[in-house]
Amino acid sequence: MAMETLKPTRREFLKLAAAAGGGLVLGFHWGDSEATAMHVVTSEATTLNFNSYLSIGTDNIITIFSPNPELGQNIKTSFPMIVAEELDADWANVRVAQAALDTARFERQLTGGSGAIPHSWERLRKAGATARHMLVEAASAKWQVPSESLRTESGKVWHDASVRAATYGELAADARALPVPSEVKLKNKKDFKLIGQPVRNVDHPAIVSGKPLFGLDFYREGMLQAMIQRPPQFGSKIKSVDATAAKAMPGIVDVVQFKNNVAVVGKSTWQILKARKLLKIEYEAEGTLESTSDHDKLLKESLNAASATLRRKDGDVEAAFKSAAKVIVREYQCPFLPHNPLEPMNFFAHVQPDKVELVGPSQTPDMARNEVARLLGIAPDKITLELTRLGGGFGRRLKADYVLEAAELSSIIKAPVKVTWTREDDMMGGSYRPAVRYRFEAALDARGAMIGYKLRGVGINSGNPTREDNFPSGAVENLLIDSIEHKSAITTGAWRAPITNFLAFAEQSFLDEVAMEAGQDPVQFRLALLNQAKQKPTGSVKYDVDRMRAVIELAAIKGGWGSKRNLGFSVYFSHRSYVAQVAEVEKIDGKSVLKKIYVAADCGVVVNKLGALQQVRGGVVDGLGHAFYGNLTFKDGAAEQRNFNTFRLIRLKEVPEIDVHFVDNGIDPTGLGEPALPPTGAAVANAFFQATGKRWYEQPFVKQQGLEGVQLGAPW
Amino acid sequence: MSVDVESDTPLLWVLRDHFQLVGTKYGCGIAQCGACTVHLNGAAVRACTLPVSAVGTKAVTTIEGLSPDGQHPVQQAWNEVDVAQCGYCQAGQIMTAAALLAKTPKPTRAQIDNAMQANLCRCGTYHRIREAVERASEKMTKS
Repeated sequence: MAMETLKPTRREFLKLAAAAGGGLVLGFHWGDSEATAMHVVTSEATTLNFNSYLSIGTDNIITIFSPNPELGQNIKTSFPMIVAEELDADWANVRVAQAALDTARFERQLTGGSGAIPHSWERLRKAGATARHMLVEAASAKWQVPSESLRTESGKVWHDASVRAATYGELAADARALPVPSEVKLKNKKDFKLIGQPVRNVDHPAIVSGKPLFGLDFYREGMLQAMIQRPPQFGSKIKSVDATAAKAMPGIVDVVQFKNNVAVVGKSTWQILKARKLLKIEYEAEGTLESTSDHDKLLKESLNAASATLRRKDGDVEAAFKSAAKVIVREYQCPFLPHNPLEPMNFFAHVQPDKVELVGPSQTPDMARNEVARLLGIAPDKITLELTRLGGGFGRRLKADYVLEAAELSSIIKAPVKVTWTREDDMMGGSYRPAVRYRFEAALDARGAMIGYKLRGVGINSGNPTREDNFPSGAVENLLIDSIEHKSAITTGAWRAPITNFLAFAEQSFLDEVAMEAGQDPVQFRLALLNQAKQKPTGSVKYDVDRMRAVIELAAIKGGWGSKRNLGFSVYFSHRSYVAQVAEVEKIDGKSVLKKIYVAADCGVVVNKLGALQQVRGGVVDGLGHAFYGNLTFKDGAAEQRNFNTFRLIRLKEVPEIDVHFVDNGIDPTGLGEPALPPTGAAVANAFFQATGKRWYEQPFVKQQGLEGVQLGAPW
Repeated sequence: MSVDVESDTPLLWVLRDHFQLVGTKYGCGIAQCGACTVHLNGAAVRACTLPVSAVGTKAVTTIEGLSPDGQHPVQQAWNEVDVAQCGYCQAGQIMTAAALLAKTPKPTRAQIDNAMQANLCRCGTYHRIREAVERASEKMTKS
């Protein structure tokens, strides 16, 4: 860590001046008041509220509130687009405001499970359509013409017969006074003008000019800052704390112990970082201090355990395997993974006797508030929570641990405080993607048909590591899926596309091998299984066979399946959406280089073409990078990789071309935050198998033997 | 405006804590992610490991100072391509790109890749970063 180069006893101060002559010339501009304080817009006093999502100003500015946390899924642009579509607003006059947590106005104000747009699609449309209806009625009354003779376009109500038009701003006051209709007619999807268009991120100009948008950017006059030393080993607790040296450091206000935390409170980050290194804390084990070698052994052994939790059973799987002409058994394993959003955890809390103020980045603000309420014994309605933009989430900010810490610390020191985590804190303080191992077994009959299928998943704090109703369940007559979960002190949680982020790799790698063992083309093999699920299903089929078939066929066409060498295929259904991928490896100077990934995605209606395209690419890059490099190991309860020098993330040079195609089927949106990630690992591994003849069974891929000549990115 | 800070304080924290210029981001603290990239006499440096005492009389330019109105050609290109997802790394990306283009107005693909390689984007916006650098290069060499 950088801090190790410090000389903590040195008390040399430097006076810095912002203007020339003070020894430091700072090339930034002063007098820009926006740059000095964070401002979270929560209401507009001069506008007329039409509903929870929408207000219209007499100045013709339309404010649309985006309630859900924005972490890069572009919801702050796509939500308002849906409202604006039904309103027929002029997008140029739309301003978007991040709404604070407000459970009276909004439902499901969270970001997770790729569920925001599917959940809110209809209510957002209704919010826009309702206001539009009222504006039309207002114009009808004003002009004494039937409302049927009016139309709306570009933020105006038009009466073509008399060549009259009025802006929404002009009509807003009259419209607001009208009764709110209980039923409104929504547009026919073919009439959408804004939905489906490429619309730029509404925060983009603020992002590129460095405006304070994120939780870590929140500063308030008089607030304190803090960092917390947490136990470095999972399974240990504090035995003793000597904070004498830390407290004596300049700028340190207090050192506070609560639970297994020691918080160093001060006025500036650097002083706190230095002081924290001087804490003398003894820890003692309160359970097993686990290491990755223990986990590896445990996971392997568990696959042979006599009993497991049954997840799904169809037909007579033992009989099928006994009668099989060929049996294929393969095992797959993945490590723990930290989420590593680039903005580390942080939250601001100001706890006062009668009210609590919380500001920061959370994927689950409602849950965070309720947990803080329970912790402090304060009614939730005394707590406000303002959402900042999130510098990434990936599931880490679904948990409220870092919000609770800030609140607890503020209540102890009785002061407003922002708690910041370092990268090391973040990587050592999980909640991680759980380590999981799978065994897949397939029984083929003499004709190569898959007559039996078994899956056992074992994991550490993994919950159920299978998705027992996903493909190919329903397509195989005899099937058995079970699982075992081992408990551990290592904390785990949802990591983008929970469970399926690795399960999809294992399953789609396995099916690729099974297809070849059966002497069939991998794409045809999957289509045949889908046909079986459609024509002669076994048990329940909880995925849409037709949607899955459509993405398979589209990806195969776009990827040139059957006409090119060294292609790998994969398809996965997760969170309501379907994504198929073809990866293409090219041999260049004896090297096998990942050249391109073709993606066919069915997420229903695409709201924002620009955002959706990047969402898919980003998901593929995330899946590719972590499949190749992501590895978090433990020694005696402590994470061994603590920063980006030892935990490798994929970089720009390594990404292949990604060619994205959406299925246009007019289905209401089914979510896109996660579904593009799961299929990537297997598509890539299956393609590299074609090029190198080597199968990969473990992630990260860099752990495999025989990786010589395998390359990501163009060879320069 | 002036501040008293310990001389070993990294420039990053002077900018953020003392001047409240928060466009320069903390991501790793060990010069691995590039989120804290600023210009020192026009060259891209990592503010998280640069002690403020080492700045001397060199000019520091942060994302806030890259242009008075957010309209530097690199910023324009970034907007036009709509690069950002979460956006947290983008100020650092832009500063790296601006330093590259100031020195090499017409970079090859390999030069772009090698320069931008230094900055992590956890969301995976790399394709658009590359596209935006190319677009900015066109803007800067045309005018």
